[in-house]
Amino acid sequence: MNVDFTHHQAAHCENGVISNLLKHKGYQISEPMAFGLGSGIFFVYLPFLKVNFAPAVSYRPMPGLIFKRMCKRLGITIKREKFKSPENAQKALDSLLKKGIPVGLQVGVYNLTYFPDDYRFHFNAHNMVVYGKEKNEYLISDPVMENVTSLPSEQLDLVRFAKGAFAPKGQMYYPTNVPTDLPLEKAIKTAIKATCRYMLAPVPLVGVKGMRTVSKSIRKWPKKVGIKKTNHYLGQIVRMQEEIGTGGGGFRFIYGAFLEEAAEILNNPVLKDLSKEITTIGDLWRDFAIDASRLYKNRSVEFDGYNKIADKLLVIANKEELFFKKLKKSI
Amino acid sequence: MKLNDVPQDKSNLESAGFKELCYGVDEEGNYGTKTSSGWNPKKIALDQSLEYINERIAGFKQRAQAKEISPIQYYMELNRMDLIVLSDYVGKWQWQVKRHFKINVFNSLSSKMLKKYAAVFNVSVAQLKEIDK
Repeated sequence: MNVDFTHHQAAHCENGVISNLLKHKGYQISEPMAFGLGSGIFFVYLPFLKVNFAPAVSYRPMPGLIFKRMCKRLGITIKREKFKSPENAQKALDSLLKKGIPVGLQVGVYNLTYFPDDYRFHFNAHNMVVYGKEKNEYLISDPVMENVTSLPSEQLDLVRFAKGAFAPKGQMYYPTNVPTDLPLEKAIKTAIKATCRYMLAPVPLVGVKGMRTVSKSIRKWPKKVGIKKTNHYLGQIVRMQEEIGTGGGGFRFIYGAFLEEAAEILNNPVLKDLSKEITTIGDLWRDFAIDASRLYKNRSVEFDGYNKIADKLLVIANKEELFFKKLKKSI
Repeated sequence: MKLNDVPQDKSNLESAGFKELCYGVDEEGNYGTKTSSGWNPKKIALDQSLEYINERIAGFKQRAQAKEISPIQYYMELNRMDLIVLSDYVGKWQWQVKRHFKINVFNSLSSKMLKKYAAVFNVSVAQLKEIDK
């Protein structure tokens, strides 16, 4: 059982899988296009929710949402199935592969043996494509990997039935119905409008306002929780922003690539200018990461350093507010 | 970010020999992609986070060896789990697992339950009861 499948590496697994599955069907939907159409750019701060012993900060919406929105906006039907037993999950997967259908899987990262050890934690919303089976080995296209890989079926069972938050329950999915003419222009406009709505939401924990709240919190942390924890918290913010799967700069560069494509499709040169603007903002996010990492590496006890970092975040928030207001008007 | 500036620092990705994909612009300002072997600020953040976690694990190990807490709590930390993940794996409610953190409750656990925990942590029951030095 072997499907002729072309693997393309992606920065982020969710967009990567859908982009690869659609390319397999003959639709040229790039990763940035999938990301943009799913309104992938986001910001949320949940101080009462602790992830890895630090307040939760996310630069992206809930797992699965980018995918869902994109399919809805393009009119693509996706068949999803969950299973109770690994045996049935395997049977269903095998029968699809026999029919020559590459299948998307939601999996847990902890038992993915080909991942670097330091990245193996209990995160259950990773995505990959299985495109074949040779004897007991499943052929796997993991979008964050440079090349295709494979896993023995016992190992695949483990990652498909990982437990905990977002437990995948063997979930598999594949597009069943894709319109011949994708309504790209309309979908791009809807997606951009939605993105602006989320980023400019009048809620203190979401979008631009969420960044301002984080900035305020950073100023308070050294006194409130001590330098050690503050450094750990800052480290987590940087990790969420730059770690594998974000494409760097908190997804800003992928969004820039999307706007560049959108400018051409909609024949709207303003979007190209805005693509350049978000690229500059992405660079500011990277500067923020550099400064934050210096701060906790030097373990400085100066509160001033934390205020400077907070100022930097505030500048970014202001620039993004302007950016999304312009973006809203450009459509 | 310019494609030429896509960082190629040493990182924790190296152990598995892979590079990640980054988006950036070329000299004309058009978007493209390039792989990156890693970026120092990221490595510092990750190492710092691992250090924090390892410190926690060491603390739980000490307390478990001193029989202040049950080894289950130590093994949970060691496997980077939390209550949600662990209780899901052993098929118990979170409050039940939390109860098992108490040393006297742990000592009265049935051998069936101990086996379950040992399997989840991928250790023998003996190792579960007596943490290796």
